[in-house]
Amino acid sequence: MSLSPEDIVRIARLARIELSETGRKTTREQLNGILGFIEQLQAVDTQGVAPMSHAVDVVQRLRPDLVSESDRRSDYQALAPEVEAGLYLVPKVIE
Amino acid sequence: MTDFLNASLRQLSGALETKDISAVELASLFLDRIDRLNPELNAFITTNREATMEMARNADRRLASGSAGPLTGVPLAHKDIFCTRGWLTTAGSRMLSNFVSPYDAHVVEQLATAGMVTLGKLNMDEFAMGSSNETSYYGPVKNPWDVTRVPGGSSGGSAAAIAARLAPAATGTDTGGSIRQPAALCGLTGLKPTYGVVSRYGMVAFASSLDQAGPMAKSAEDCALLLDAMAGFDPRDSTSLERPKDDYIVGLDQPLTGLRIGLPQEFFGDGMDAGVREAVEAALAEYRRLGATTVDVRLPNSSLSVPAYYVIAPAEASSNLSRFDGVRYGHRAADYGDLNDMYCKSRAEGFGAEVQRRILIGTYVLSHGYYDAYYIQAQKIRRLIAADFAEAFKACDVIMGPTSPSVAFAFGAKSQDPIQMYLSDIYTISTNLAGLPGMSLPCGMATPDNDPSNQAMPVGLQIIGSWFGEAKMLNAAHQYQQVTDWHLRLPEGMK
Repeated sequence: MSLSPEDIVRIARLARIELSETGRKTTREQLNGILGFIEQLQAVDTQGVAPMSHAVDVVQRLRPDLVSESDRRSDYQALAPEVEAGLYLVPKVIE
Repeated sequence: MTDFLNASLRQLSGALETKDISAVELASLFLDRIDRLNPELNAFITTNREATMEMARNADRRLASGSAGPLTGVPLAHKDIFCTRGWLTTAGSRMLSNFVSPYDAHVVEQLATAGMVTLGKLNMDEFAMGSSNETSYYGPVKNPWDVTRVPGGSSGGSAAAIAARLAPAATGTDTGGSIRQPAALCGLTGLKPTYGVVSRYGMVAFASSLDQAGPMAKSAEDCALLLDAMAGFDPRDSTSLERPKDDYIVGLDQPLTGLRIGLPQEFFGDGMDAGVREAVEAALAEYRRLGATTVDVRLPNSSLSVPAYYVIAPAEASSNLSRFDGVRYGHRAADYGDLNDMYCKSRAEGFGAEVQRRILIGTYVLSHGYYDAYYIQAQKIRRLIAADFAEAFKACDVIMGPTSPSVAFAFGAKSQDPIQMYLSDIYTISTNLAGLPGMSLPCGMATPDNDPSNQAMPVGLQIIGSWFGEAKMLNAAHQYQQVTDWHLRLPEGMK
């Protein structure tokens, strides 16, 4: 299985990473190399094996529904590229 | 007078207690050395003399008032993946090049509570994705044993700093070998705990089901003291384990008589440098003299660990790194059109090539139509790998083998070929997939197979413990270090 130039465009769009024309070419070669390498997993018989999603078998812990964080909004917003009146600013999304 | 630069943590603690040196003097000693040697080694991304001195003065007050613990006043440095309040925390990335953390990681908090003095923040592969430190936005770290060679990665800054005696100890993180491989390549002792033993709170996430923080230092005893301060339940990490904390120190002096060491034939096949094999075999002979026995074990699926990892880790990374969108923190492109364009440009500029590659691979294996074939299949294989270990540990107490197939390689040797780079973690990755604890300790010096005229470089012995077997591994490593001196060697140029 090998990725086409269209696949690269689609994956980059899903990942929200802009790739230049030349970047797309190198990326395609490298990703196909990596996919070729992981292809060997397909030959393994895993019939009846349950997927292991975590390193340790534990159940999700619950905590009491209480406020645990103090209000540090201004500390956090000081890190933002652009804020105004306590709001994070992004380019206009609704015309 | 104590040789403070080469002293163990226990010796430093003793010298602080008897007032042979103050915490302020000790911190200055290391900061001056950092000023002198770091421009060449590039191990530190950030130092802040004022903040360090403030911590040292507090430690001296605690020492004077009698409220000091065993690590109070002892300096250390943090891998720049740990959020450190008031300090730049970059994760080796341009994306976080302006990120001054508003809070402390659990590990940072624990070590500060113990009274340890932060010397600075250490260079690393970008977002911990790399095995050579060449992916850092802040430039590669050099190996103090030979500055033309890599220190390993991703905790390469941590390893180089300790090897060059710029810090007596450091924190590291290990997702596929990132503590153990640089420890091996720089002649240090490093430990990755069982998954869930150390809280991941405040640790910049790479692959959440694999990431684990651990100590890096000169000896197993130093690592035991550090792990004792780092480990423990933290409700802020949903995968932190609620179990009584183990005592890592009390068992260090136990004799190794009767210890069963498992030797997986898969770790002793082709592909390992001759000098590495020789050093590991010599270490095993030493263990037999110490009263241990060796037994052959099998890990039949271990050859699948690297490919399975390169599905699972990128998948988790692509999800974790989706948070970097240039909105709330981190890099935002200067020029963009609409919102989507802002995301795409900010991420293209903020992430380096290897990080982009892993995000793209992860995005692909999780995408519609490929999820079962790649991601679920890799998770099934992960279970087979973990089951192999469970079976092997029925016949042995610890598993041993090489940490890395070769000694430190030259800059550029693998950086153009991702798969060759990935294979440098061939012996360490299965441990992360299974959630097991692993360690590396220095066991010899060897010249590289592909360059026998090069000077000899450190070789690491890997010890893999059963789940929660940290104390057993530390005991085995400490006993070996009582009869050998590989862990005390210092790079020639760094004296």
